Amino acid sequence: MSADRNTPNTPPAENAAGGPDAPRPDEAAAEPTEGTELIRFEAVTKRFGAHTVLDALDMKVYTGKHVTLIGPSGSGKTTILRLMMTLLKPDEGTIKLGDRYLTHEEKGGRLVPASDRYSREVRKNIGMVFQQFNLFPNMKVLRNITEAPVHVLGLDKDAAEERARELLELVGLTAHLDKYPTQLSGGQQQRVAIARALAMRPQVLLLDEVTSALDPELVAGVLDVLRDIAHTTDITMLCVTHEMNFARDISDCVMMFDAGRVIEFGPPEQIFTEPAHERTREFLSAVL
Amino acid sequence: MSDITWGLWQLLFKGVWITVQLTVYSAALAAVVAFGIGIARTHRLWIVRFLSGAYFEIFRGTSALILMFWMFFVLPMGFGWQLVPMWAAVLTLGLTYGAYGSEVVRGAIAAVPAGQREAGVALSFSPAQQLRKIVLPQAWPGMIPPFNNLLIELLKGTALVSILGVGDIAFGASLVRNATAHSAPVYTIILVMYFVLAFLLTRGMRVVERHAKAGVGQAPAARTSLRSRLSTGPAVTGAGAAAEGDAR
Repeated sequence: MSADRNTPNTPPAENAAGGPDAPRPDEAAAEPTEGTELIRFEAVTKRFGAHTVLDALDMKVYTGKHVTLIGPSGSGKTTILRLMMTLLKPDEGTIKLGDRYLTHEEKGGRLVPASDRYSREVRKNIGMVFQQFNLFPNMKVLRNITEAPVHVLGLDKDAAEERARELLELVGLTAHLDKYPTQLSGGQQQRVAIARALAMRPQVLLLDEVTSALDPELVAGVLDVLRDIAHTTDITMLCVTHEMNFARDISDCVMMFDAGRVIEFGPPEQIFTEPAHERTREFLSAVL
Repeated sequence: MSDITWGLWQLLFKGVWITVQLTVYSAALAAVVAFGIGIARTHRLWIVRFLSGAYFEIFRGTSALILMFWMFFVLPMGFGWQLVPMWAAVLTLGLTYGAYGSEVVRGAIAAVPAGQREAGVALSFSPAQQLRKIVLPQAWPGMIPPFNNLLIELLKGTALVSILGVGDIAFGASLVRNATAHSAPVYTIILVMYFVLAFLLTRGMRVVERHAKAGVGQAPAARTSLRSRLSTGPAVTGAGAAAEGDAR
């Protein structure tokens, strides 16, 4: 289980000082130093009935890295994100976030499956953006963003609103904060959903095919926002996408999945220009 | 109709008042039961689902009339509690229609897209917060039309109490009929009375429904169908898509 070359992982950062630093002042103290391991999957197996979606997967992601998961549908990419978000429980294996288990908790020196209360605590550090946006239609845009910071993190309402306004500016939707989600286009809704996830100041942002449900002409706006976030913050990203150009732009590491296993991983230039594996070549020629 | 004296009219109007009271009290009890049992039937613990499911099946599957007799005649014998006929009736109607209503609540909760709960989990809301802030507000507009049906059923169901001697519209009518020996005018009058009450309830529920829909971003004028709202995701409107260009 050591960090051998068979365990897909993102490389640690070469130098911690390089690059524009994240504008997240109040978390600076708690921020783990660059180059530390943030996410670790150990022998994670997930089955749906007789179908094994993930087969003893080992994987690690270093703090601040952007990892893109690619592969044919049904290869288990989305399952990884859903396991991270504790929307699914693994059948075997463990997932760690920092030095805490996400799937299990330690009780009396033994690892037991995590209780709901425990996983809720750990997953506060994880944000997710969904394919179908999943904005709350019963709340206006501003409240969609402030509701969780206020009622989950216990943030002061004014502070949460100020933060929400900043985020809406980041995603270019300040004019729409007083609208209901149904009054927005898909692209606008998805940008609100990104702002909503960021409002929780997560360490990890999970992006689950965030442009797949959008009309083609709305995709660019959403990807621009994400590029912006990827390049100006040190948030760790785990991204499932079919937008290969986007993956090439923002990723530090691309992982190619097939049948529940990582068959190849590496920096995007390598995966996209000279893939080592035949299956990767086939997949890329089909989607590019 | 000239046979019906002022005194007899008064009897009928007093009956209307009793019927309204019965309906309001029973509906209040039924609403509490409907939400309590309906939410319990979606609980993650099987024992809670089992007990609430048992309640639902028992009260849906028994006759309200017999249950009312049971409340009125058996409870005093078995347990020494003598209920006033009015309260025996409210209890029976409330518990029975609450059981029907719980199915409406459960169904409306189940119709909220799974993605909404997932978004709630992703934002670390507790199960209670997910229910209160996300699921119930979205399920509510879908509950109103079936609740309206049940409310009108309940209104008409209150006529059962006349058998226990509670002086509602139906009881008043039978007194008037005995006094005048004419069935046709009396029963025509109370048909109209029930209709007027039911119609007022429907108009009231329409207002409630319009407010509820506005609360989930469905403008009252837009007349969007329930089905489109309950499908996979929030609908993308053409107008909104056109505005996308301006926003960037």
